[in-house]
Amino acid sequence: MTHPLRGASAIVGQADIVSSSGVLDLWGRPLHSAVARAALDDAGLTFADVDGLAATGTLMASSELGEHLGIDPRWTDTTMTGGSSFEVLVQHAAAAIATGLAEVVLIVYGETPRGDRQRGAWTEVPYWLQRDSPIAEWEGPYGLRQPLGPYALATSRHMALYGTTSAQLAQIAVSTRQWAALNPDAKLRDPITVADVVDSPFEVEPLHRLDCCLVTDGAGAVVMTSAARATDLRHRPAWVLGAATRHSHALLISEMPDLTTTAGRESAREAFAMAGVGPDDVDAAMLYDSFTITALLHLEDLGFCAKGEGGPFVEDGKLGPGGALPVNTNGGGLSYTHPGMYGMFLLTEAARQVSGTAGDRQVPGAEVVVAHGCGAVLSAFGTVVLGSERT
Amino acid sequence: MTAPWDPPPFEPMVRFWEAADRHVLSAPWCDRCQQPVLYPRELCNRCQQPVAGWRDLSGRGTVYAFGVEHRAWTQAPGLEPPYVVALVELDEGGRLLTNIVGDPGAVRVGAPVEVRWEPGPGERTVPRFALSGP
Repeated sequence: MTHPLRGASAIVGQADIVSSSGVLDLWGRPLHSAVARAALDDAGLTFADVDGLAATGTLMASSELGEHLGIDPRWTDTTMTGGSSFEVLVQHAAAAIATGLAEVVLIVYGETPRGDRQRGAWTEVPYWLQRDSPIAEWEGPYGLRQPLGPYALATSRHMALYGTTSAQLAQIAVSTRQWAALNPDAKLRDPITVADVVDSPFEVEPLHRLDCCLVTDGAGAVVMTSAARATDLRHRPAWVLGAATRHSHALLISEMPDLTTTAGRESAREAFAMAGVGPDDVDAAMLYDSFTITALLHLEDLGFCAKGEGGPFVEDGKLGPGGALPVNTNGGGLSYTHPGMYGMFLLTEAARQVSGTAGDRQVPGAEVVVAHGCGAVLSAFGTVVLGSERT
Repeated sequence: MTAPWDPPPFEPMVRFWEAADRHVLSAPWCDRCQQPVLYPRELCNRCQQPVAGWRDLSGRGTVYAFGVEHRAWTQAPGLEPPYVVALVELDEGGRLLTNIVGDPGAVRVGAPVEVRWEPGPGERTVPRFALSGP
């Protein structure tokens, strides 16, 4: 039986505001309203159409945004799972639209860590030591730098169990950079080699600097609506075929059950089942790439290859332009943008690919595209499977 | 950059740190799972049953995963780069985030280790580990 959420809603508009300089001249609520307006324009809708609002990252993010925009939504959501929040919000919005709780949902994100630093709006105390929480108490004394330290631990274990090499991980950064060269807004566009990555300095060994994502300003928004309204808008709808969530821990890496298998395996399995498709049906994949190891674990956990075979799988460059499995066609968090919660940009690019509006980096015949978000330290996952009308 | 580390005590952990001051590794014990509950808390994070008592542990385990920090970002004691941060799987079960003292180049996943009590941030004594040989 077809799942009731399958095809009940679609992403019909999207926008990114990102600069190749890495710094934006807008920040805060004006940035949020600009990207929201751009996404609605892309859909051919207006603020007056919006009756569902989602945002995250501040105390009452969606109410604060509604207040600023002058929108009084009848459905609201501020779910925070870190970088995967927006995939989780799409799941929630799909359910809200399917059950009539909302008809047009606007999901908005924007952060400006680089600009904030230039403006002096920067805190010296890292967030993970600010909290009255187990992380400061339990893991704080040992100097594990966040967020990259936990990812370095996962890398060491994957290497020890499966023989994965730094050069194999580096190929992910190389393929991603090839995509970034096609995106004029990407922060890093110059080609790199495997040697460039493995010769870049260690941050937390075994991760090198070029295994790590950027820190940039950026904003993104998506507009979702019902099947009834989706078909007479500006672009081909990117139908939500499946969406699922799973988390295994929060900020404590010592709580992760298995450092080489993420809870994303379960969110992906469930999202694919809802969609009625499998990894072999996927034409392009947007996989959260906070670090090269992050993308490698996703490839295995989504079933594109077996557990442990991610290294040999990526080695031939199949993730890059013209490859068998296009991944992160916007240049990813590694080369395009990463303001802190990159998951929004997985969705905007996945929707562009399905709608056929990805320009120079359009994957021909992209019918099924997956956006797979990863929050915190391999902790919280949201998988969204988007498909064209034909699917 | 100095990373301040002065969190208010997180209630379930007070007894852990008091034992650490006496150089004893101690944790709540789940009778059903026959494993320590780490971090210490009032219920078992595997079976959700309340934990009844605490048990002293051997302080021996193996390296589950590790990374070598190459950048100086914290002035906490004992953390001059390059230093090793690791997850150690204890012989009794459960994992601790900790440091492996000694030569970073000698650390391997699966290597046996044993606890070394060292001064940590603030007034705390913290469990670090050293390779325990072949």
